[in-house]
Amino acid sequence: MPTGTSPPTLTPSQTAGPFVSIGTEWDATGQAVPDGTPGVVYVEGHVLDGLGQPVTDAMLEFWQADPDGRFPPESVFASWTGFTRALTGQDGSYRLVTLKPGPVPGPAGEAQAPHIDVSIFARGLLQRLVTRIYFSDEEELNSSDPVLAGLGGPSLVSRLVAIRQPGRQPGGPARASTFRFDIRLQGDQETVFFAPW
Amino acid sequence: MNLTTGGAGPGTGPLTDPVTGLVPAPVPGPVEGTAPDPPYDYPGYRSTRLRAPKRPLLPLPQGETERRGPLFGESSVDPADSDLTIGGTGAPIGERIIVSGRVTGSTGRPVRRQLVEIWQANAAGRYRHGTDNHDAPLDPNFTGAGRCLTDDDGRYRFVSIRPGEYPWANHQNAWRPAHIHFSVFGTNFAERLVTQMYFPGDPLLALDPMFQSVRDRRAAELLVARFDLAGTVEHWALGYVFDIVVGGRGQTPADGPTAL
Repeated sequence: MPTGTSPPTLTPSQTAGPFVSIGTEWDATGQAVPDGTPGVVYVEGHVLDGLGQPVTDAMLEFWQADPDGRFPPESVFASWTGFTRALTGQDGSYRLVTLKPGPVPGPAGEAQAPHIDVSIFARGLLQRLVTRIYFSDEEELNSSDPVLAGLGGPSLVSRLVAIRQPGRQPGGPARASTFRFDIRLQGDQETVFFAPW
Repeated sequence: MNLTTGGAGPGTGPLTDPVTGLVPAPVPGPVEGTAPDPPYDYPGYRSTRLRAPKRPLLPLPQGETERRGPLFGESSVDPADSDLTIGGTGAPIGERIIVSGRVTGSTGRPVRRQLVEIWQANAAGRYRHGTDNHDAPLDPNFTGAGRCLTDDDGRYRFVSIRPGEYPWANHQNAWRPAHIHFSVFGTNFAERLVTQMYFPGDPLLALDPMFQSVRDRRAAELLVARFDLAGTVEHWALGYVFDIVVGGRGQTPADGPTAL
């Protein structure tokens, strides 16, 4: 428990504010890999506030393993950084172009289902929010994932699972898959947010 | 969350909410820890009302994804990106400043070769952004964005222009104190931090809901840069030091468990 007697040492968080794009747009490509890369998938959705209105000034950061479940510097995928940024548009939408991650070890080495950690920065958020994207076509691994199992029920699990969309991406590579994942900051379907510390 | 609201020692007394005139009730933090971060739900900052999550945050055990973090290399930045005064065809208007400091973990270890990004208003208090409609001039020679990598000792250095204060719509006659937005990466996902640097002696700090949202005054003071005579360049620019300590807001593998 905090004692309140030792001086604070960590620098406090402050909001990224409405102009976060000025500092981050140089890197906000939305692309972990170039579009058209074999095996590419798209994760798309909207960021919505407590009235269901689009959050037009958010900066999202995606952090994930490669398809083998590895991170740099161990990853053997060309130019793989595992880190991708995207800014939301005027309709609150974002799009991530990436490869599906492989399973990665949890705290005790147990397998976790493929997932992407997401940080959300925006006006009105005094700290970042953190959530996870899982994939609807990984039912077996999802069913044994310890984080999903600890959420407390299927209603909460469903809020972290990106839904694979039917049909191929119009005009896109033949084998591309699109997943839908909305981020709701409040409301009946409020996204599950984590404290990753 | 350290949500001391009074009686815990000097410098940590109650802070009056600049909007309501009331001392806000302590907001239950999602996770107990040593973090001094502000609560998500802070009524004095109006934009939190529709954006702060209502459900408590859930713990996320530190798996491989959280134990690792992005690595930035020399290819991420151009050395010129750390000087915000040289991007245009002439010098930007305003008072030239040098802002430097160290990024470290909570045990003092330097955060090496990692990305530091800043963005800010110009000297007139105007951002180069389509949604900033403040009636103040843009500066054709100032974008307000910069970035660099820390060195092997965790040190960074920017040359910029002192940003102006500006009004905002949060409450009647609301003004933001002069500030520079900072984005830093630690050595793992949990240490990611976006914050703001303020200037010493700014009378607007006492009235600013964002600054005041850090309920522990000693923690809030960590957001105020120090005037730095040693970093000042004679006949050229004043220096300020802003050191940043990142941590796992509880515990990190790199630092081991911290006392909770």
